[in-house]
Amino acid sequence: MKKTFAMGGVHPKDSKLARKSAIEDLPLPATVAISMAQHLGAPATPVVAVGDKVKVGQVIAEPSGFVSARVHSSVSGTVKAIEPRTDLAGNLIPHVVIDVEGDEWLPEIDRTPDFKGDLTLSAEQILARIKDAGIVGLGGAAFPTHIKLSPPPGKTAEVLILNGTECEPYITSDDRIMREHPDEIAMGAKIMMKALGVGRCFIGIEENKPEAIAAMRIATIRFGGLVVVPLKKKYPQGGEKQLIDAIIGRRVPSMGLPIDTGAVVQNVGTSLAVYEAVQKNKPLIDNIVTVTGKCLPAQKNFRVRVGVPYSYLLEAVGGAPAKASKFISGGPMMGKAIRNLEATTQKATSSLLVLTEAETKRRAEGPCIRCGKCADACPMGLQPFLLNKLMRLNRTDEMEQEKIFDCIECGCCLYTCPANIPLLDYIRVGKADVMKIMRSRKK
Amino acid sequence: MSSEKPIVSPSPHLHGPESTRRVMGDVLIALLPVTLVAFLCYGWSVLILLLSGVATCVLCEYLINRFLLHRPCTIGDLSAIVTGVLLVLNLPPAAPWWIAVVGAVVAIGIAKMTFGGLGQNLFNPALVGRVFLLVSFPVLMTKWTLPHGFLQDYLPMLSSQVDAFTGATPLGVVKEGLISGGVASELAGSYTWQQLLFIRPGGSIGEISSVALLLGGIYLLCRRVIKVTIPVTIMATVAILATIFWSVDPARFTGPFFNVFTGGLLLGGIFMATDYVTSPMTTSGQILYGVGIGVIALCIRYFGSYPEGVSFSILIMNCVVPILNKYCKPRRFGKEAK
Amino acid sequence: MTIVYTIAALVALGLFFAIVLYFVAQKFKVHEDPRIGEVESLLPGANCGGCGNAGCRAFAEKVVAADDMAAFFCPVGGNEVMAKIAATLGKEAVEKAPMVAVVRCQGSPDKCQKINQYDGASSCRVAASLYAGDTGCKWGCIGLGDCVNACEFGGVSLDPVTRQVSIDYSMCTGCGGCARSCPHHVIELRPRGPRGRRVYVSCVNQDKGAVTRKACTAGCIGCGKCVKVCPFEAITVENNLAYIDYTKCKGCGKCAAECPVQAIVATPIEK
Repeated sequence: MKKTFAMGGVHPKDSKLARKSAIEDLPLPATVAISMAQHLGAPATPVVAVGDKVKVGQVIAEPSGFVSARVHSSVSGTVKAIEPRTDLAGNLIPHVVIDVEGDEWLPEIDRTPDFKGDLTLSAEQILARIKDAGIVGLGGAAFPTHIKLSPPPGKTAEVLILNGTECEPYITSDDRIMREHPDEIAMGAKIMMKALGVGRCFIGIEENKPEAIAAMRIATIRFGGLVVVPLKKKYPQGGEKQLIDAIIGRRVPSMGLPIDTGAVVQNVGTSLAVYEAVQKNKPLIDNIVTVTGKCLPAQKNFRVRVGVPYSYLLEAVGGAPAKASKFISGGPMMGKAIRNLEATTQKATSSLLVLTEAETKRRAEGPCIRCGKCADACPMGLQPFLLNKLMRLNRTDEMEQEKIFDCIECGCCLYTCPANIPLLDYIRVGKADVMKIMRSRKK
Repeated sequence: MSSEKPIVSPSPHLHGPESTRRVMGDVLIALLPVTLVAFLCYGWSVLILLLSGVATCVLCEYLINRFLLHRPCTIGDLSAIVTGVLLVLNLPPAAPWWIAVVGAVVAIGIAKMTFGGLGQNLFNPALVGRVFLLVSFPVLMTKWTLPHGFLQDYLPMLSSQVDAFTGATPLGVVKEGLISGGVASELAGSYTWQQLLFIRPGGSIGEISSVALLLGGIYLLCRRVIKVTIPVTIMATVAILATIFWSVDPARFTGPFFNVFTGGLLLGGIFMATDYVTSPMTTSGQILYGVGIGVIALCIRYFGSYPEGVSFSILIMNCVVPILNKYCKPRRFGKEAK
Repeated sequence: MTIVYTIAALVALGLFFAIVLYFVAQKFKVHEDPRIGEVESLLPGANCGGCGNAGCRAFAEKVVAADDMAAFFCPVGGNEVMAKIAATLGKEAVEKAPMVAVVRCQGSPDKCQKINQYDGASSCRVAASLYAGDTGCKWGCIGLGDCVNACEFGGVSLDPVTRQVSIDYSMCTGCGGCARSCPHHVIELRPRGPRGRRVYVSCVNQDKGAVTRKACTAGCIGCGKCVKVCPFEAITVENNLAYIDYTKCKGCGKCAAECPVQAIVATPIEK
């Protein structure tokens, strides 16, 4: 009996179309536009000027707050502009635009494919390297990794959990790196364990990735303290709280942090980036992006430099067909629909998914039949039908009582609703309202 | 890119296979076995009742939406058909066709649409229709026919009673017998377990076969349309309570097996009490609701003047559902942070 | 005899409960200013929240408690109701010009092209928190009708084809419910104006002129021609957007004639 989380969840078809396609390097585009807001928190401040020559890996922006991360140039060339550009949702965000000239890397970056397994650095040095490399969580939220690896005072980490679940349908980037770079991921885990001062690490992988499970098992033999945990396939297993529940059976308290259970969760992609930063001196300038969708001529996994336009990614698989009607950055359950295909990829971009109208268009909303399926599907034990109703009536107090702030926005409620009520759409707005009120009360 | 503009929406971008129409369709499929058995046992009158009941329900909903509420037509969600079929299954097989029509008008017109249509009604529409008929036309609604149709030559358990064309339901026989000084265990013992499980002598159309109802229930469970909570708590409550009473005084009270497999307990427990709209939404609420139905139904059977009380008990518990929904919260993920 | 017993028992029960109720009522009695009820009865009773209070009763409580009525105004009842309240309370009411809501956006689909289809919940708030909208303009009206639902008086309507919001000025009470519901702050409260004449910039787009122009042919490009032509210095251009200060505007309408994109609306005299 494989493990999984106890409450709620749904079983969308996994549609891992690109799982057989090995990672390819995406050719460099003519220009890249690197966003200054690639992490949770305040946008970074550019430290280059228009006309500057930059090399791959050179720092182009410094963090401007505590929860912020450095940004490095992902290409070599000339800074063409530092200007606000529209992101995928159409909002203006400062970008550094660089014209690509050749591919000249900073000399201190080790570009050899050799595996480096010896670790001499202390925990502080590791954290400093990770911070300098601008690493953020690649699971989606893009939370700066060095902060997550430094538990707040009074809390101690007991165990590191690597998230290789990839519970979102379609996406295969984590699957591919676990199959192609298992040693590096295991070494990255080892490095993070040292930084945290913990002796145990679990690697959670869903059972629909048998090759990845096998590869990671072989890789972990060489390192002590790492255990691969195969998990039943259920969405949203990759949610931090669900993964901790599934693997060590502890539940993050309401309004609490994962560290309250003694666990720190990191994505396998982050682990690979940590390995490259600490052992190879390579900052976070590229990541693996799955370009997929049933309607596309090909589905591939690319190693993509940060700041490449989505339209360029589409071209790389032969362009979108006429019937393509929704472009999504990320997976189909939690990804963001792209309004502007000229927007560029970020550090935490995991996938570009293309869906047709038939696959994605929402059906007409009907009346609530009070079946309670949304409450059964909610992995946080909330009552989405109630929260949706309270939000439409603007009853913020009651939404708070009903713990709307616990919502992880996984979308299970909307996925399962027989009446197609846009439950999550309203809950998300209500949650923002309640969080705002709670914050203002704290002050 | 297509000539159509790209679509943008909040996540999630996929929807599961669930839909209201699918749920209602599954209920209809689950009702097929019992309807078929009823047709074989009672003949064409079942079909006539079904046609008039369902057609009236659908027509009623269409007309009210069109001319009174000025809202889009909602008969496509199949819920009116489900109400119609359930109503007819709750009628005696000898009822005239217009009984189904009157019941359907009450069910859809009064119990469903006046509250605002699907999802808004407080009471199960089919049961409101049935109870309305029961109190308005008590003679017609308690004229039971014994199974006699196409099956009579094949099932030996029917042939013994074929000479009597009409009779009372098992529960009715027990009630009458007790009043005239009979002994409960003997009265109930006149029915074999095969009769109670397969083809029941006397009762509403949908009460004809416990096995057919259970088959439908299993189908609904497999399709995850209903959860086991409500049917199982109702049956368990009735069985446990009946065991207690029966062991205290078997001369006055009938036993658990007889109580679970007679009357409308299975039809009500599997198909009527589990109606989404009028049942609680959380497991704890559903357990309380199921226990309440079981207790009330058995009390009416044992102490009331009606031989059967499942319809009433479900309607009474329907009243409590809003308060159960308010106070029975699901188990939340994680404890309160200190 | 039975009848006598029955009557006696009922009378006794009735008396008992009457006494209990009396004591309970005494114990939980709340003393309140009777003027609150009087003021409340003068108010329109729409509980729209246009005054900034939770409802008419809350407004009445605060007015009665306050020393000065300057901070209180019921936009729905207007000066007439405020004068009555002032008379009841023996205080001085402050006259205010009656306000109406105006929609500062003219981006119908023929002027402001759609560039994508929105497929989420039919709520402006949801759409606004998701992204920059389904047209090239991220500032203007979203057209999903949050204001229609917010209006307590049935005065806001949405054209089913163009998704343009229009306000029925004969119904508008100036409570501001629609303005508060609009996530893009497209709706503004402005004075009704002398004989219904109002001049305002019907655009909220703060993009640079060229960007605005590309997105919408009716958008203010911040050219400043209106500023030059205005004899009363009522118009300012800030963030590429002209704004007419209604305290200075005399409603001459010269700016509306001058505007190259017809973004300035001068309403005709009503009725």
